[in-house]
Amino acid sequence: MRPVIGVLALQGAIEEHLAMTKLAFKDMGIDGEIIQVKKSSDVGRINGLIIPGGESTTIGRAASMSQLLQLIKQRISEGMPVLGTCAGLILLAKSVYDRVLGKTEQPIIGLMDVVVERNAFGRQRDSFEADLDIPIIGDKKFKGVFIRAPAIREIGPNVEVLCKLGGVIVAVMQDNIIGTSFHPELTNDSRIHQLLIKKVRLL
Amino acid sequence: MISLIAEVVNSKGIKLDRLENLEVKRGTALVKRGFAHMQKHGVIMDVTSIEQAQIAEEAGAVAVMVLDKLPYDVRKAGGVARTASLKVIEEIMDHVTIPVMAKCRIGHTYEAKVLEAIGVDMIDESEVLTPADEERHIWKWDFTTPFVCGARDLGEALRRIEEGASMIRTKGEPGTGNVAEAIKHIRIVNNEIRRVKSIYESGDQQELIRIARELKVSYELVEEVGRLGRLPVVNFAAGGIATPADAALMMNLGCDGIFVGSGIFKSEDPLERAQAIVIATTFYDDPEVVAEAQKMIDEKKSMIGMDIKTLELRMQERGTS
Repeated sequence: MRPVIGVLALQGAIEEHLAMTKLAFKDMGIDGEIIQVKKSSDVGRINGLIIPGGESTTIGRAASMSQLLQLIKQRISEGMPVLGTCAGLILLAKSVYDRVLGKTEQPIIGLMDVVVERNAFGRQRDSFEADLDIPIIGDKKFKGVFIRAPAIREIGPNVEVLCKLGGVIVAVMQDNIIGTSFHPELTNDSRIHQLLIKKVRLL
Repeated sequence: MISLIAEVVNSKGIKLDRLENLEVKRGTALVKRGFAHMQKHGVIMDVTSIEQAQIAEEAGAVAVMVLDKLPYDVRKAGGVARTASLKVIEEIMDHVTIPVMAKCRIGHTYEAKVLEAIGVDMIDESEVLTPADEERHIWKWDFTTPFVCGARDLGEALRRIEEGASMIRTKGEPGTGNVAEAIKHIRIVNNEIRRVKSIYESGDQQELIRIARELKVSYELVEEVGRLGRLPVVNFAAGGIATPADAALMMNLGCDGIFVGSGIFKSEDPLERAQAIVIATTFYDDPEVVAEAQKMIDEKKSMIGMDIKTLELRMQERGTS
């Protein structure tokens, strides 16, 4: 099956994810298609999805204006592989709260059995980059770019931890769902995107 | 995969720290420009109070920009316009989850320092406030907090990036509800970029050097613009956007997102208008959705615009060096 990866194209680092997915296909030496997912009719065309970084409240609201959020939720629950980075992780999580404001009222997909704390590392001046160990993608360090990043505070029994920053969980996988606190789309390293494409090819 | 061109790698704004025994770096170009990338395709709204900030968040803004008076009121009031009360900014930071930005005066390093100290997420070195130093902008590489600056042409944009701006916006003419100047500025920038790109592709290095001298910026920045065919940082529209159609037009001209100043809270239908401008910005390439958004507002409730030709104060002419 020729992979068709969609990037949810409502707000945030859309072009960056399109470019990284292209790079991942090139690095893997495979032929794949990349499309922007903006309308309900786009959801049927894809067999893998990326939910980009951006503002989770904005993306969630825009996606829930139409049937988009609901359709995406259905496809993911049927097993479609999905990668959520930062805001994307927040949208995938079962439960979300903000470090300062507590429980947030925002539309989410809510299929991943994790509790996510928004802005867990502080405000923008506290944002950082760090070299991460992510065993599932190999021994080479991965540059983690954390921007007003969320942290994964609790995980369910079916959730695998992919990466920890000290004691804090920053990347997880639950069957077909991958979530990261950081932004692989801001680097030149396509290995996280390759992980998603590998899942799509296993379908 | 973002451009890190012109980064001052040993700048004072970069802080090395340890987090849970891991070495981390704050304030790098990657982290600062990366923040701007997360704002793309979004709307950043000017606010002066907690209530306005909450309306903005509710409407789907990606961030709020705090100032003491909306640009329209700055024009009316005259006098010296300075950064907003820190107490108001802090209260807003405690009441919304989205990023909170604030404006400081052009060249006023210490207004910026206090904004950084209280933890605002981005600083706008803005021509809406009264410039403190017309000769020199703030040296933004000294800050861990990212900056956005206004520009009317490619030279201004690149000079600001060279000083450390992580994001650019058109200047337009703030507080007028008149989008004409913002359109003019993005067209100028786009045309200049097209010219640089074609020269870059022709391989005429000497001409690129000549352009760099003309624009008073380094050669490497001009070359990067040629290679990318766009500014190396995120570029928003600002200055006069008042309706959903205004926002969609600016997005269609190639802007990465929208700042709305007086357009929302000087109208009589702020919540509906804020929501409508967000929708039009997201779906800018779909005229039917933009039409739906435009229906959400009432033109009778738009702010009264101003003709640029009769203005006494042209804010865009501040801080061009």
